[in-house]
Amino acid sequence: MFYREAGDFSTTYAEDQQTFPIKFDRYRYYVVLFVAIFVIPFMVNDYWVNSLFLPFLIYAIAAIGLNILVGYCGQVSLGTGGFMAVGAYACYKLMTAMPDVSMFIHILLAGVITAAVGALFGLPSLRIKGFYLAVATLAAQFFLVWLFNRVPWFYNYSASGQISAPERDTFGILITGPNTEAWATYMFCLIFTVFSALVARNLTRGSVGRKWMAIRDMDIAAEIIGVNPLRAKLTAFAVSSFFIGISGALFFSIYLGAVEVGEAFGIQKSFLVLFMIIIGGLGSIFGSFAGAAFLVLLPVLLKIVGVDWLGWPTDIVAHLQLVIVGGLIIIFLIAEPHGLAQLWRVAKEKLRLWPFPH
Amino acid sequence: MERDSVKDQADSYVTEDGRTIGPTVMEMKNITLRFGGVEAIKDISFDIREGEIRAIIGPNGAGKSSMLNVISGFYVPQEGEVWYKGAQRPPMKPYQVAQQGIARTFQNIALFEGMSVLDNVMTGRLTQMKSGLLAQSLWKGKAEREEVENREIAEKVIDFLEIQAIRKTPVARLPYGLKKRVELARALAAEPTILLLDEPMAGMNVEEKEDMSRFILDVNDEFGTTIALIEHDMGVVMDLSDRVVVMDYGRKIGDGSPHDVRNNQEVIDAYLGVAHD
Amino acid sequence: MPEQLAFTIEVFMNGLMAGVLYALVALGFVLIYKASGIFNYAQGVMALFAALTLVGIMEGQVPFSHLINAILGTEVHHFGWHVPAFLAIVLTMVVMIVLAYCVQRFVFRYLVGQEPIILFMATIGLAYFLEGVGDLMWGSEIKTLDVGLPQGINVWIDEFTFEATGYGFFIDNLDIVASIVAAILVIGLVMFAQYTKQGRAMRAVADDHQAALSVGVSLNFIWILVWSLAGFVALVAGIMWGAKSGVQFSLSLIALKALPVLMLGGFTSIPGAIVGGLIIGVGEKLFEFLIGAPFLGGATENWFAYMLALVFLVFRPQGLFGEKIIERV
Repeated sequence: MFYREAGDFSTTYAEDQQTFPIKFDRYRYYVVLFVAIFVIPFMVNDYWVNSLFLPFLIYAIAAIGLNILVGYCGQVSLGTGGFMAVGAYACYKLMTAMPDVSMFIHILLAGVITAAVGALFGLPSLRIKGFYLAVATLAAQFFLVWLFNRVPWFYNYSASGQISAPERDTFGILITGPNTEAWATYMFCLIFTVFSALVARNLTRGSVGRKWMAIRDMDIAAEIIGVNPLRAKLTAFAVSSFFIGISGALFFSIYLGAVEVGEAFGIQKSFLVLFMIIIGGLGSIFGSFAGAAFLVLLPVLLKIVGVDWLGWPTDIVAHLQLVIVGGLIIIFLIAEPHGLAQLWRVAKEKLRLWPFPH
Repeated sequence: MERDSVKDQADSYVTEDGRTIGPTVMEMKNITLRFGGVEAIKDISFDIREGEIRAIIGPNGAGKSSMLNVISGFYVPQEGEVWYKGAQRPPMKPYQVAQQGIARTFQNIALFEGMSVLDNVMTGRLTQMKSGLLAQSLWKGKAEREEVENREIAEKVIDFLEIQAIRKTPVARLPYGLKKRVELARALAAEPTILLLDEPMAGMNVEEKEDMSRFILDVNDEFGTTIALIEHDMGVVMDLSDRVVVMDYGRKIGDGSPHDVRNNQEVIDAYLGVAHD
Repeated sequence: MPEQLAFTIEVFMNGLMAGVLYALVALGFVLIYKASGIFNYAQGVMALFAALTLVGIMEGQVPFSHLINAILGTEVHHFGWHVPAFLAIVLTMVVMIVLAYCVQRFVFRYLVGQEPIILFMATIGLAYFLEGVGDLMWGSEIKTLDVGLPQGINVWIDEFTFEATGYGFFIDNLDIVASIVAAILVIGLVMFAQYTKQGRAMRAVADDHQAALSVGVSLNFIWILVWSLAGFVALVAGIMWGAKSGVQFSLSLIALKALPVLMLGGFTSIPGAIVGGLIIGVGEKLFEFLIGAPFLGGATENWFAYMLALVFLVFRPQGLFGEKIIERV
C-alpha cells in the first residue's frame, strides 16, 4: 500500500540503471536530503551536532569506505584507524603548510594521499587472502600509528605530540577551531557525506563495482572471465582509503579539533568501523549509514539510560556497552549476515504486498 | 587416424551435413602438463577450427578439464605451444586470455552468488568496458553511455537464452539448471571468439539437456561462435560436435569426426575396458 | 667479551623467552583453527578472562559485585575467604569449560558452514562480549596475580655467565618457568592429538567434518573439547602474562601479537606456532635494540612483528610450515 513498484515502468535501460530505479525510493531520498539541508541546520545546537550529527556523518563516510573494501570487494581490513590517521595528519600538514587554500581542497587532498597509502598497503592482497590479509592490514594499523607518534615532522614538532586544527574558514564561515557554529560544521560534513555516498553508489553499480563483487564472490572465476585481480583489488583499496582518509580528516579537523594519534585512531577505531558495516550490512551503502547511526546512537542512549536515569557509574555502563556491542555482532552474524540493510529490504518486500500478502 | 581427412589448415571446408568449417583458429602443439610428478597431459596436439563445435571426451581423470584450463590460461603447461589466430601465444594470465576473446563456463558452476542474474551477465562484458574511475564515480559521459550500450548486448543474450524473467533475481536463489544457463549467458555476453564449455550438461535431466543442446547449436549457428566442449554424454557429443578429440590417461587416443572416433578400436577399449595381459 | 655483543646476546635470550609466551597464545589459536576452521580472535581475551577469574576466585571476590551494587544499592565486594592457588586454578578451568560449552552452544553451533571470514568476525564480537563480561564480573582495575611462581632474576645464570664470560646475564625466573611450562604443554598436546581416541577424533574433524561425522564422531563434543583445550591454554598464558605484568586489559593485546606468529608459522602447524613465536620474540627485541631504539625513536615492537609477517607472507603465503595452497577451478 505504501511501497509500490507496480506501475513504475522503466522504458530505457538508462532509466532502469539510475540510482533509485523505484519512484518511491527516489522521492524518499529527496525528502531525506531536503530535511538534512533545509530543516536540520536550523534546529541543531552544539550538543546535538557534537554528540550525534558530526560523528554520524563522519563515521558514515568511513563506513562507506570500509564497506567498499570489505562488503563489495571481500578484502577484510583492520587498518581503518591507521588510514583515518593518514587522512587526519595529511589534512593537518596541508592546513598548516597552505593556510590560504580552501578546506574543501585540503580534505579532498587528504583523501587522495590516503588513497595512495591504502593502495600501497593493498599490494600484498594479491598474494594474501582472507584473514591472512586481515592480519596483514594490522601491520598498516600499528605502523602508521607508530609513525605519527614517533616522527615529529608529522606533528610539526609540537611539544605535546598532539596535532590541533588551526582556525580556518570557507566562504567566510568558520569551520574549524573552537569558535565554530554548529550548523556550519554540520553542513560542511554533510556535503562530504552526500558526495561520498553518491560516488560510492555510482562506482558500485557500474563496471568497477561488478569487478569488485566478482573478486569477492569468486576470485578465480573473476580472473578467468577477464578481471585483472591486482588492479581490481588495488582500486578497491584506493577508493576505500580515499573515503576513510576524508573521514579521518573531518574527524580531526572538524569534530575533535585536537588529536592524539594512539587514542583517536587506535585499533579500537578499526573495529568500531568494522562493526558498523557488519551491523549495518556488508555490501550496502544504506547499511553503512544504518550501522554508523546505530553505533553512534547506542553509547549516547546507554549513557542516558544507565548514567542519567539509573545513576550507575560510567565504567559499568561502558562495560555493558562492550557486552551489548559484542553480543549484537554475534547475533547479527548468526541471524542476519546482511545486517540492518537486509532487515530494511525484507520490510520493504513485506510492505509491497501489505495488506494483502497472499 | 591422424588429423582425419582434413585438408590444409588455412582452408575452409564443408562437412557432410553441409556445415561450413573455417580455417584453424587455435592450435595446441605438443602440450605437456605436470603436477609434481603426475603427468596430467602428455604431449597432446590438436587444433580448433573457426565455427566448429569441437568436443573433448574421455573417461574420468583423462585430463580433459586440465586441457581446458591450459587453453584458458589457468594452468601453464611445462612443454608445448599454444597458437591462437596464427601467432604463438606468449605466457599470459587468465584475464589476458579472456581479453583475447576466449570465454568459458565451469564444471562446478562458478557464478557470482552475491549478484543478480543481470549483473552476472554484465560481468561478461567487463573486458569491453573501458571507462575510467573518475567518469564512473560521477556516472557521466562515457561511463553512462558504456553502461547502456553493454546493457543492450547483455539483454540480447538474456533474450536469446530465455532468462528474461529472472534477470533481477539473485543467482543464489536459482535452481541448478538455470544457473548453468546463466553461466552460459555470462560467457556469451563476452562475444567470444572461442567458447569453452566444461561439461555444460552435467547433472541435468533429459529435458534440460535437450534445451542446452539446442542453445549450444543456436549459439554456434547464429553468432558463428567456435565452441570447444567437454561432455560425458556420448549421445550429445555425437549429435553436436563436428570433430572429437578423445583423451585417456592424459594421452590423445583419437581425433576425428564423431563417426571415425566411434569406430576407433583404441577409443572403444578405453571406454569399455580391455583385458590387459 | 665485548659489551655490545654481550648485550645483544642478552636481548636475544630475552627475546626467546618472550617468544615462548607468544607461542603459548598462538598455540590456542592453532588448536581451534585446526579442529573447526575458526580463527579465534578472542583467544587473547580468553587469556585475560581466565586470569581475571583466577584472581577473582583466589581473592574471594563476588562476581558482578559492581553491577549488583549499582542495581540493588548494596555494598558487597568480597566473600571474605581466600582460595588456595591450586584449587582456584581448577575452579577457573571449570569456568573455562563452561565457557567453551556456551560458546559452542550459543554461537558457533549456529555458524557451522559459514565462511571463515564470518566466523572470524564473530570471534571479534565474542572478544568484545567476553571483555565486557570479564570487566563486569571482576572489575577492570589492574590486579596482581601471584600463584607462587618464582620471580626475579635468576642468580645462578647471572653468576655462571659472569664467571664464564665476565658479563652476567639477567634472565627472569618466570621466563624460565614459562618456557618449561610451554614445552610441557606442547608435548602434552601433541601426545594427546596423536595417541588418544579423542585426539584422533579431533584430527579427523580437522580433516573433514562430514567424513568424521559419518564414522560416528560427535562434532559437538569435539568442538567443546577443543574450545576447552584452548581455554586451558588461555589460562596458562593468562597466568604467565598476569604474573609478569599484572592482570589488565593490555593482556588481551598479546593475542594481537600472536597473529603475526601464526602468519609466520602457518595456522595449522603446532611446531610452526613455536618456531614462529620464537622468531617474532627474538626478531622484535633485536630489531628494537639494534635499529629501533637507536635510529627510529623506539617502540618499534608495536609493529615490527606485523611488518615481518607481512613481508614474509608476500613471498610465502602459506607460512613456514603450512601446506602449499593449490588453487582449483
